Amino acid sequence: MSKTIMTVDDSASVRQMVAFTLKEAGYGVIEASDGEDALVKLSGCSIHMLLTDLNMPHLDGIGLIRAVRQSPAHKFIPIVMLTTESQAEKKQEGKQAGATGWIVKPFSPPQLIAVIKKVLG
Amino acid sequence: MKDKHAQVYQQEASELLEELEAALLELKDDSTNKELIGRIFRALHTIKGSGAMFGFDNIVSFTHDIENIYDLIRNNKLKVTDILTGLTLDACDIIRDILRGGSPDASIRQALQKQFTQLISGPADGQSGGSSDEDRHEGHETTWRIRFRPRQDIFAAGVNPVLLLAELKDLGPCRITALTDDIPMLEDIDPESCYISWDIVLTTDQGENAIRDVFIFVEDRCDLFLEVIDWPTLADDNSYKKLGEILTERGDIHPNTIQKALGAQKRLGEILTSEGHVTPERIHSALAEQEHVREMRARQSAASAGAATIRVPAERLDTLVDMVGELVTVQSRLSQLAERIIDTDLALVAEEIERLTAVLRDNTMSIRMLPISNTFSKFKRLVYDLSRELGKDVRLITQGGETELDKTVIEKLNDPLVHLIRNSIDHGIEAPDIRAAGGKPRAGMVKLSAEHSGAHVLIKIEDDGAGIDAARVRRRAVEKNLLSPDAVLSETEILSFILAPGFSLSDTVSSVSGRGVGMDVVKKSIDSLGGTIEIASRPGAGSTITLKLPLTLAIIDSLLVKTGDSFFVVPLASVEECVELSRADIEQAHGRHVITVRNEIVPYIPLRKSFAIAGAPPEIEQIIISSVGSERIGIVVDQVVGEHQTVIKNLGKFYRDIQEVSGATILGDGTVALILDVAKLAAKAEAETLVPA
Repeated sequence: MSKTIMTVDDSASVRQMVAFTLKEAGYGVIEASDGEDALVKLSGCSIHMLLTDLNMPHLDGIGLIRAVRQSPAHKFIPIVMLTTESQAEKKQEGKQAGATGWIVKPFSPPQLIAVIKKVLG
Repeated sequence: MKDKHAQVYQQEASELLEELEAALLELKDDSTNKELIGRIFRALHTIKGSGAMFGFDNIVSFTHDIENIYDLIRNNKLKVTDILTGLTLDACDIIRDILRGGSPDASIRQALQKQFTQLISGPADGQSGGSSDEDRHEGHETTWRIRFRPRQDIFAAGVNPVLLLAELKDLGPCRITALTDDIPMLEDIDPESCYISWDIVLTTDQGENAIRDVFIFVEDRCDLFLEVIDWPTLADDNSYKKLGEILTERGDIHPNTIQKALGAQKRLGEILTSEGHVTPERIHSALAEQEHVREMRARQSAASAGAATIRVPAERLDTLVDMVGELVTVQSRLSQLAERIIDTDLALVAEEIERLTAVLRDNTMSIRMLPISNTFSKFKRLVYDLSRELGKDVRLITQGGETELDKTVIEKLNDPLVHLIRNSIDHGIEAPDIRAAGGKPRAGMVKLSAEHSGAHVLIKIEDDGAGIDAARVRRRAVEKNLLSPDAVLSETEILSFILAPGFSLSDTVSSVSGRGVGMDVVKKSIDSLGGTIEIASRPGAGSTITLKLPLTLAIIDSLLVKTGDSFFVVPLASVEECVELSRADIEQAHGRHVITVRNEIVPYIPLRKSFAIAGAPPEIEQIIISSVGSERIGIVVDQVVGEHQTVIKNLGKFYRDIQEVSGATILGDGTVALILDVAKLAAKAEAETLVPA
C-alpha cells in the first residue's frame, strides 16, 4: 500500500509542485491550504507523514505541528517543515514543537524525495 | 511540466501582489497594525519562496531584502515609514513586470534595491557559516566508531532510529550493535520511549560530514560520538587493538579493572561480564569493532595485492553448476528421508547438509554472475558503424554496467540487444537536419542501462528519437488482421504489436531493418529467458524498451503441485495465491471456468483436462492464482504439495514444440515434475475458447 503524505502550504504553486513530485514518486497525497484546513482534513483520515510550510494564515506551521503531536493517531508520524534560510529561529521553534526535520526552500524534487526517504523510509 | 507549475506561480504571485498593495495602502494609515504587517510579510515570503522553486531567480534576489525589512518590522526592530511603503509599492510594480516576462531597467531595480538595503542598519542576517572547513576524511576509506544514543523522547519527534541506521549502512560496510543496558524492568517501561542506543563501526570514504548529515535532524535529540579508529595508512597488518584497549578507549570500563581481569587466565570478555563490570552487549560491540577492522584491512591488503583471479574454462563452471544442481536434488531427498524416519541424529545431519547446500548453491551461482559491462561496451562499435552507415550522429550512453547477470542470460541477451539498438538508431533517431528543425540537438542519444529490481534485472534501451507512433501501429495491426478495428486497447497493448511476427512499420526495407523479422525473434529469445518486454513511447521525444529478466536460470523457487499421479512445478514468481475450488463453486459458475476471488472474476484452467490426466478430481481442488501480464488466471490442480527449490533441466528435443512446459525437474524421490509455463498455458487456453471447436 502506498503511503499517504499531507502537504500543507498556502502557496498553491508550491503545493502543486510538491504534490506532483510526491505522486510521481508513488505516494498518496492530501493537500491542505493552511493549518486549520489541515486539521479539519486530518480529523477524517490518517496519514503517514506531514509536510508543512511555516508561514501560513489562520493557523501557522508551528501551531499545526503542536496540534498534530497532540493527536494520538499522528503522535509519532514524521513531520517535515519547509523553511527558508532566514528562518533560523522559526526552525528552532518548529523543532521544539515536534518537527522531525526540515527542508530549506528553494528545493528541487530530488531533494524533497531524499528528505522524505530519510524520515519515512 | 515545469511550465505548467510556473504558470500557476505567475497567477498566484499576481494575486499576492494585489493583496500586498492593498495591505500596503492600509498600512499607510495604520502603521502599527501587526496583522497587516504579518500579511505583507507572508505575501513577500511566498512570492520569494515559490519564485525560487520555479526559476524566477531575479524576483528572489530582489524580494530578499524587502522581506528582511518586513521581518525586522514584524519583530519591532524597525518602524514603518511612508518612504518604506512607497518604496515597497514601487517594488511591487517591478515584480509584476518581471512576472510578465519583461526585464525592467536594471538601473532602476538596482537603485531601488540599494535604497532598501540602506534601510536595514548593519549587515543583513548573514548566510550561515556552512561547511567551510574541509572534510579531511572525504575520499579516503576511513573506519569510524559511532555511538548513537537517542534521547528517550525521540519517538515524539516522529523519528525512526532504524531508518538512520539503514542510512548509515548505505555509506559503507558497517556493524551495528544495539546496547540494551538502559532498558528498565517491564513494569517500568514506557512503550513510547526509546531506551536503546547503538554502537556502530562504519568504514566509508564519504567523510565526517556525510555521517553527520545522517543525523542532521536528530542532532539535538541524541548524544552522538564520532571517532576515527582506523584509516588505510594505519594498516600495516591485519591485527587490531585488543578487546581491553577498545573497551577502555570507549570509556566502557576503567583501565585498572582490565589489568586486574587480565591477571586471571580466562577469556577477558567472559571475566568482565561474569564479574558484572560491563554488559555482554558492550563486549559484543567491541568485538564487532575488532572483527570489522580486521576484515576491512584484509580486504584492503587483498585489493592492493591485485585482485587475485583465476581464469577457468566456462565448461568447468557449467559442470560445477550441474553438480550443485544434482546435489540440491539429493539433499532434498535426504531431507524427505529424514522427515520420514524420525531420528534426531539423521535430522541433525540432514539440516546441516541443507544449510551447506544452500550456501554452496548461492556461491556457485555467484561465480556465474558476470557484469553486463562487457556486453555493453561491445555495442559502442555497433552504434558507431550504424550511425555512419545511416548518416546519423548517435551517441551511446551506458549506465549500470556493473549489474551482474547469469552468464547464460548475458550470452543470450546479445542478439536481442543488437536488434533493439539497430531499431532505435534506424527507426527512432531522426536524421540530423530533422532533429535540428525539431529543436533537438543534432546528435541523437541511445541509452543502455541495467539495474536490479528484486529477483530481476531491468535492461532499458532508451532513445531520444521520434518515438513510436501508436496510431500507426494500430492501423498496421488492423491492416494485417491482427486486430479488429473497433478493439479497445491501452497504448502499451497497442505498442506490443510491434513484437508480432512479420510486423513492420517501415514502408521501405533498409539493410538494417524493416523486413518485419526481428522484433518477434527478440521476443522469442527474451521469452526463452523467462523475461518480458515492455515498450513505452513518447511521440517526438523518444521510446524506451524495457527488458525484465530473471537473475539466474538454473535454479528457481517454485510451488510443487500434484494432479492425479503427476507432479508439476509452477515458478513462485508468477504465483499470487492459492484458493480452494469446491464442487459448489463449479456449479455456481454454470459450467464456465471462472471463480470469484476477492470480488474479482478469475478464469481458470483445469490442468487435469489440459493435460488429459486420467481419474476423477477430488472433492475440493486447489487453484493456483497466477499473474500473467496484468491478468490473473487460475490453474486447477488436485493438491498443493509445497514450496520447492527447482533445479531446471531442459527437456530433450522431442519435447521442443510443447509450449506449455518450459522444462522439468527431478524431485527428491527421483520422479520428474514438469515446469509449467503459465503464460503459454493461458495463451493456449484463450486460443481454444476463442475458436469454436
